[in-house]
Amino acid sequence: MFAFILSRILQAIPVMLVVAFISFAMFAYVGDPVSIMLGQDFTEAQRQALIAGLGLDQPFFVQFAKFIGNAVQGEFGLSYRLSRPVAELIGERAPATLELAFCAAGIALVVGVAMGVYTGLYRNSWLSRALLTFSLVGVSLPPFLIGILLILVFSVWLGWLPSFGRGDVVQLGWWSTGFLTWSGLKALVLPSITLGLFQLTLIMRLVRAEMLEVLRTDYIKFARARGLSNRAVNFGHALKNTLVPVITIAGLQLGGIIAFAIVTETVFQWPGMGLLFIQSVSAADIPVMAAYLMLIALVFVTINLAVDLLYYAVDPRLRIGRGQGH
Amino acid sequence: MQPILPSPSRERDGAPILEVRDLRVEFPTRRGTLRALDGVSFSIMPGEVLGVVGESGAGKSMTGAAIIGLLEPPGRIAGGQILLHGRRIDNLRYEAMRKIRGKEIGAIFQDPLTTLNPLYTVGDQLVETMLTHLPIGAAEARKRAIGWLEMVGIPAAAQRVDSYPHEFSGGMRQRVVIALALCAEPRMVVADEPTTALDVSIQAQIIALLKTLAREKGMAMMLVTHDMGVIAETADRVAVMYAGRIAEIGPVRSVVKAPRHPYSEGLMASIPPLDRKVDHLAQIEGAMPRLSAIPPGCAFNPRCPHVFDRCRVERPELLETTATRAACWLYDPASAKQAPEALRHG
Amino acid sequence: MAALIAPLARLLDSDLFYSFRRSPVTVLSALVGLVCLVGAGLAPWLAPHDPFDLASLNLIDAFKPPAWMAEGDGTYPLGTDDQGRDVLSAIMYGARISLLVGICSVIFSTLLGVGLGLVAGYLGGTVDGLLMRIADIQLTFPSILIALLVDGVVRAVLPREVHDQIALFVVIFAIGISAWPQFARTVRSSTLVERNKEYVLAARVIGLSRLHIMLTHVLPNVLGPVLVIATLNLGNAIISEATLSFLGVGVPPTEPSLGTLIRIGNDFLFSGEWWITIFPGVALIAMVLSVNLLGDWLRDALNPKLR
Repeated sequence: MFAFILSRILQAIPVMLVVAFISFAMFAYVGDPVSIMLGQDFTEAQRQALIAGLGLDQPFFVQFAKFIGNAVQGEFGLSYRLSRPVAELIGERAPATLELAFCAAGIALVVGVAMGVYTGLYRNSWLSRALLTFSLVGVSLPPFLIGILLILVFSVWLGWLPSFGRGDVVQLGWWSTGFLTWSGLKALVLPSITLGLFQLTLIMRLVRAEMLEVLRTDYIKFARARGLSNRAVNFGHALKNTLVPVITIAGLQLGGIIAFAIVTETVFQWPGMGLLFIQSVSAADIPVMAAYLMLIALVFVTINLAVDLLYYAVDPRLRIGRGQGH
Repeated sequence: MQPILPSPSRERDGAPILEVRDLRVEFPTRRGTLRALDGVSFSIMPGEVLGVVGESGAGKSMTGAAIIGLLEPPGRIAGGQILLHGRRIDNLRYEAMRKIRGKEIGAIFQDPLTTLNPLYTVGDQLVETMLTHLPIGAAEARKRAIGWLEMVGIPAAAQRVDSYPHEFSGGMRQRVVIALALCAEPRMVVADEPTTALDVSIQAQIIALLKTLAREKGMAMMLVTHDMGVIAETADRVAVMYAGRIAEIGPVRSVVKAPRHPYSEGLMASIPPLDRKVDHLAQIEGAMPRLSAIPPGCAFNPRCPHVFDRCRVERPELLETTATRAACWLYDPASAKQAPEALRHG
Repeated sequence: MAALIAPLARLLDSDLFYSFRRSPVTVLSALVGLVCLVGAGLAPWLAPHDPFDLASLNLIDAFKPPAWMAEGDGTYPLGTDDQGRDVLSAIMYGARISLLVGICSVIFSTLLGVGLGLVAGYLGGTVDGLLMRIADIQLTFPSILIALLVDGVVRAVLPREVHDQIALFVVIFAIGISAWPQFARTVRSSTLVERNKEYVLAARVIGLSRLHIMLTHVLPNVLGPVLVIATLNLGNAIISEATLSFLGVGVPPTEPSLGTLIRIGNDFLFSGEWWITIFPGVALIAMVLSVNLLGDWLRDALNPKLR
């Protein structure tokens, strides 16, 4: 078990290094941070001081090593655009994005799996056909358009829910949460649906496809031939076997939620990391872009690790040990 | 439809466990309805093993699937009856049939590598089956699960009960499958090619095990296989199937040693004899027709060496011969004039 | 004549056409797709107005609702935007850009992915390992993020004016580069299967070059799945372009695509002029939905075992 986790972490390190290298390359060679930071009026001495201060006069590998050393400590320098430490900017906005992503992921997983199982089991019922059509529409709808349509209906026409911002937030230490106020919760509804809908439809289609695949297998036929109840066959035997592939893809999809938050946050003016990132792309604010990239990579690597551990828990074929035999 | 009498050579007390009468299975397809089984009738007595042989696609497995009520859609029973202990089961609703599966009819499938759910221990799967059908508690079920594993010959059953399927070899897994099929103590077992996927050295062990268990428990068994060796070893009676019908049915000794139907004759002639050396084996010219292109009259007529006019027009029903019943006009006294004299065995 | 009729008759009798005809949804989406294609492709000739002809714009015509509403004007069937531009014409010209970017980027990623996939599958070894590792890492990240990063980097490297000029190509490149691993993986795995088949071995035995074998023997066998992925990717590419443009980092505002139109219209959502954003949105959905439905059908039709 321990060796398994260790090997997975070791496999993740090269990925993080590659991403770090890309971030660093952007950081060091894209644009001219010095002139951007100095603005219009500066002396040559100021310029040299800044170059030395940023460490830009040092050899490549020294700079890269320093970059990694700083990155591990969460240090990414100053934002060109806002002239504030990047870590501070991201730290302020992380709670908004994470709460949004959490709600969206919850909706996508719970509703998506339920709908996928239903459509897989009752593939010819009218509800299944309706859900399947709905899912295709869901996949074909760009997330920002879903957001706009939801705003038009629920904010502009019906006036039920807010169309932008987080509502009132409560500060818990450095974490600001919208879960504790009524307006905060109301503000979460539309963005979470917008962000979760795409993943929901993907998960539903995936679970359905896997269910259909598993229901065709011999062990399901044999389970039926043993006269097990439908519930036992469908949920105990079929669903559990679909989990193995579903966990992988769903894991990656949930990682995608963090990235797609960029779009949702733009539509709903949600003060999270995604909005920060898109503003940075427009302004070519490389330090923020680099830091965001590293953060996303970290999220993905973590999710991958969690996925592998879940695998391990679900599929006994990965475990070695008990009942040694042939 | 005529009632099928138990064959004279194997008269037993009481009623048959399973009776299939004039069974017809159809598959609607884009290009019309295919008849996969047509007029299949047989019965199996308590303690009897009926072997069902034939080429692939002849309808052997389909018959088994129809009996346990698990035909692959869109296949469906379009006519005939299936009776278990004299009670019709072909028209039962899913839930009623489910209670019969496992409890009254056990099923053994071909490939033990794919018939066991990889995510549960063999003990869990045994316990689940028993708790579904038997009025016993979890502790008792586990005790019986170990007992069953011992009975099917798995060493150190008390430890192996908590192993996952992938921790067993193919032969051992088929033993587990047999335990699973029998653990709710059905009186009838449908075994669909139980040895085909196994090594030759293991096949004999599994066959011996099945035979012993059937004898001990007084079970009726339908043994589907294309392996004549297995049939000769295990079965009491044999049904030879061809293109969705029974071509010949009778006591195993008669069918193997003195087949009456030209197709059975060809089939038996293609088995290499062990007691003498032969230069080359007999083979039947041509191939079995596809379901969409079954010729009129006797389905075997294009390949039959003894074919005569009536065979091409009229379909033969099962007719009495000396020891077996064969669907062949050679045995109809009415066509005696047409049939070549030398070939009449009757 | 006969030479033409025979293949046509065979097509009409094929299972592919049969499954097409039998699915009304597929036929409908093919029709919608055709309408989109014609409307977008022939926009300069079919559109009622030229939205880029500044001389014809009149601010008095601004914010006209669709023709069927009380204040509507028959000359502007779907209303006008804040500049007095005809929304229908803007949609037709916008769909042109969206389709152009979508199709070009799919072609780009197909060529790149198929090429690298063939190379990886056929050469194997280090090349294969390296390419697949890169694909793995890239697949870990959502394509929209890759596209955003590429766009951001190009933006930082190039001066603004140059960037605006080549923005279209940047978007095509950014979207195209984000989708190649899917093609490469599929082609690679098919190539690995095909490579060891007897006909390829036979081709090698008679001394055909590797390149020749790859192009004439292996390639035709992997085209089916590639076509399916390409179709399904076209929908994604159109969505990606619209998303980038909506975020304001896609095509330049001088050549508005559907995404740009939606972004512009979004500002007027609250003041009640919903048609400026909703109609381009509907057009985008119709386009992507029909492409996706066709792709789904194609996948099922070419994969009989999934039916």
